[in-house]
Amino acid sequence: MLTASAPLGAVGLAVAFSSLVLIISGSNPIEAYRDMLGHAGKLEVQVDILNRVTPLYLSGIAASIGFRVNLFNIGVEGQYILAFLVAAHVGSLLTLPPVLHVTLILLVAMTVGAALSGLAGVLKVIRGVHEVISTIMLNAIAISGLVAWLVVEWQADGGTRRTGGRVGTEPIADSGLLPDLNGFLEMFTRDLGQGRQLESMLLIAVAVGVIYHFLVNRTVFGFDLRAAGVNPTAAHVGGVPPKRTIVTAMLISGGVAGLVGMPELMSTGYFPSNPVLNLGFTGIAVALLGRNHTVGMFFGALIFAFLDKSSSILQITSSATREIVVIMQGLIVLAVVVAYQVVAQIRKRQEAAMAMLNQLT
Amino acid sequence: MQSTQQKHTPVSANAIELTGIAKQFPGVVANDSINLSVAEGEIHAICGENGAGKSTLMKILYGMLAPDEGTIRVNGEKAVLNSPTDAIALGIGMVHQHFMLADHLTVLENVIIGAEPMRSLGRIDFTAGRDHFRKISKAYGLDVEPDDFVDDLDIGQRQRVEIIKVLYRGANILILDEPTAVLVPQEVEELFQNIRELKAAGCTVLFIAHKLNEILEIADVITVLRQARLVGTVTPSEVTAKELAEMMIGPKFSTQRPILRSVVGKAEPRNTAAALPVESGETVLGGENGPLDGNERLHRRRVEGGETVLTVENLRLVDESRVVVDSVNLTVHRGEIVGIAGVEGNGQSELIEAILGTRQIASGGIFLLDQNITHTSVRHRREAGLGCIPQDRHREGLLLSSPLWENTALGHQTEAPYSKWKLLSPTNMRSRAQEVCKKFDVRSSGVDNTAHVLSGGNQQKLIVGREMIAEPEMLIAAHPTRGIDVGAQSAVWNEILKAKSWGLATLLVSADLEELIGLSDMLLVMLRGRFVARLNPARLTSRELGAYMTGAAIHAKSNC
Repeated sequence: MLTASAPLGAVGLAVAFSSLVLIISGSNPIEAYRDMLGHAGKLEVQVDILNRVTPLYLSGIAASIGFRVNLFNIGVEGQYILAFLVAAHVGSLLTLPPVLHVTLILLVAMTVGAALSGLAGVLKVIRGVHEVISTIMLNAIAISGLVAWLVVEWQADGGTRRTGGRVGTEPIADSGLLPDLNGFLEMFTRDLGQGRQLESMLLIAVAVGVIYHFLVNRTVFGFDLRAAGVNPTAAHVGGVPPKRTIVTAMLISGGVAGLVGMPELMSTGYFPSNPVLNLGFTGIAVALLGRNHTVGMFFGALIFAFLDKSSSILQITSSATREIVVIMQGLIVLAVVVAYQVVAQIRKRQEAAMAMLNQLT
Repeated sequence: MQSTQQKHTPVSANAIELTGIAKQFPGVVANDSINLSVAEGEIHAICGENGAGKSTLMKILYGMLAPDEGTIRVNGEKAVLNSPTDAIALGIGMVHQHFMLADHLTVLENVIIGAEPMRSLGRIDFTAGRDHFRKISKAYGLDVEPDDFVDDLDIGQRQRVEIIKVLYRGANILILDEPTAVLVPQEVEELFQNIRELKAAGCTVLFIAHKLNEILEIADVITVLRQARLVGTVTPSEVTAKELAEMMIGPKFSTQRPILRSVVGKAEPRNTAAALPVESGETVLGGENGPLDGNERLHRRRVEGGETVLTVENLRLVDESRVVVDSVNLTVHRGEIVGIAGVEGNGQSELIEAILGTRQIASGGIFLLDQNITHTSVRHRREAGLGCIPQDRHREGLLLSSPLWENTALGHQTEAPYSKWKLLSPTNMRSRAQEVCKKFDVRSSGVDNTAHVLSGGNQQKLIVGREMIAEPEMLIAAHPTRGIDVGAQSAVWNEILKAKSWGLATLLVSADLEELIGLSDMLLVMLRGRFVARLNPARLTSRELGAYMTGAAIHAKSNC
């Protein structure tokens, strides 16, 4: 199938170029890949990979909702970090029955994310500010401004209480955390090592993926969204309200973005002084690689998570430097863009041929 | 075609000499062996209807398009123009209809951009630039302050900036593409003054236009194009506006359309080619079509006292402070087709956008049946029974890269059978698409094809089908047969008449005069945003209609 061949070709191309880079830098590519794949064969590493898939997948979905209507929400980064912090703080302020507490925290996170990206949507609709500009600005405001200030403001007791000297917000009570999936996983495999959990946000992420697919393909709103993405003028003539569609898409995108920090919060219970960054930007690549498709994006997230997590072994075996995976990730994105362009060209030619046939009949 | 060149001056005296220029686009001949001479220091108007080939010809002259055949001579020298850069090097400059200025730069910066005078170390020499600017502005009487921001200028001033920009690059042959289209009357006067000064300073001006009075006022020589060909070159003293209108619109009856007559069953009004044979294959359409029975022109039988479906009251539309539609009143009854005629750009597009709801109105009211829809959304209007065949099917009508079954739902996605409780039913969408394709003869290999794959005629039939199958109360049909083959054309006409017979109210906007005359029960002529005539199509030739449209034959029948 043409559709599947593009991402596969892109990954293949990226591997080829990465090998070249490895050879030039004096490493043996085959050895490096063998080390990485071998490392990823371990259960612990697989759990790490899945734990990374969760936020990347959510982040990819957040970006792809924007892409569906030709909006480029670059603000996922700021949206999830601010949502993470606010949800951590609000969650720590109260104790509720378990399900309610978790629900409240997730809702707070989604609301913060939606508010931030919704602002960009409103700015676009009423003032014509391009969403790329406004979301970049809002990223700066959220991360360097609000988060930098609030993280100090909401810091727990100088942050010395926890082991390992990690600084962060007041911890959330256990009722606000999600149990891990270790018990479930261990039914099929062996016991996991200490301090490693398969986070249950994975299930919520999968549910979000399913809802996303349903929303886009099976609802009138999804139809409006896609129509406005393919041809905004025709969509407008066809009754799609252009402004409302943009704002709604941004709100949903930001809402999902708000969940990106939740896997970490739901397992650790606080916002650390050094949260995982760049998940929002990687999400754009995941959406691109997965073609905005529910299943495709899952695989996209898997590839990026694999590269992230399996590369730590390279430091130990020193068959290559760890940074090679950053180059690979970059190459994948580049190759994906090229591969999709090629496929689009082929498709265009096929369609042109079809059109010729139709003209004749 | 005859080309009545007045006097063949020697080649060397001509600023521009085009010989045998031909240009084809897939399926369309845009220019057909055009010969054109423009003498130095002449104001030469190129006029013709939309689609007559004016813009293509000018783009060829400016190096934006390469001609398939023919030669271009500039100042007697044979020229090959591969890009506008080549044209500028030969002293040809073009002022586009849509200005290409950066709002947040000053006038001077806009003018020198890309041709900056430099000082040492890569610095721009603004002083030299400003001096040169002032010299040009003074020499040609183009009054603009170089240090104003373009953002603060009005349209007329912006146009002067564009002209200075061209002159700054050394042009002495200027092409002005419909320069008056965006101007108000006073600004037109100023522009004409500028053009006269350009001429006095020795520039040659090519002026594209279709407003007759303006052409007659400013031009030294007028060349008329029609259907890709040059029909004649005249001077203003030789022709009246009416004659010029006739040259532009031409005896369309004689050549093209046996089909409409066979569909409509209307007798050929007066002379011309009533005797033209109707090809056998094309008459088939009449068979199942109710309104064609007998000699009676049943379709003209206005449903007397028919319910009013659409009412437009005192509508006024403003586009960036320019009034584009003013005091428009309109009613369309059940089973009636009201046609709107007018040279493009006189407010028809804006009017239908306002009725559809995609354009904000300045004042007035719009009513559909008993509902006031003046301020409701497009979606609400569609659900209330408003259908639309948009004027540009690719831009406004289709999702080209989406499958047919999504395209047939577009505009009706909130309604049964496509959706229920805001949830789509792909099964119903597909079966409805198959139904549309079958009933309306949309030829494709399946509803999973993208709309891209269909031919233009089939795309149009798909749009007509999806609107008709929804059984609207009111249909806006904008240029419903533009650019499609004759078979699809008659199919579309047939559908419109069939729908009329079951009581559909239709507002027809078209540039095809015969289509307007053939289909409409009543014709309104729109000129500069107003209805200037209300005509009975049963007693009208397209020649007469053309004269009304260009304002050459307004007996000022009152507004309707």
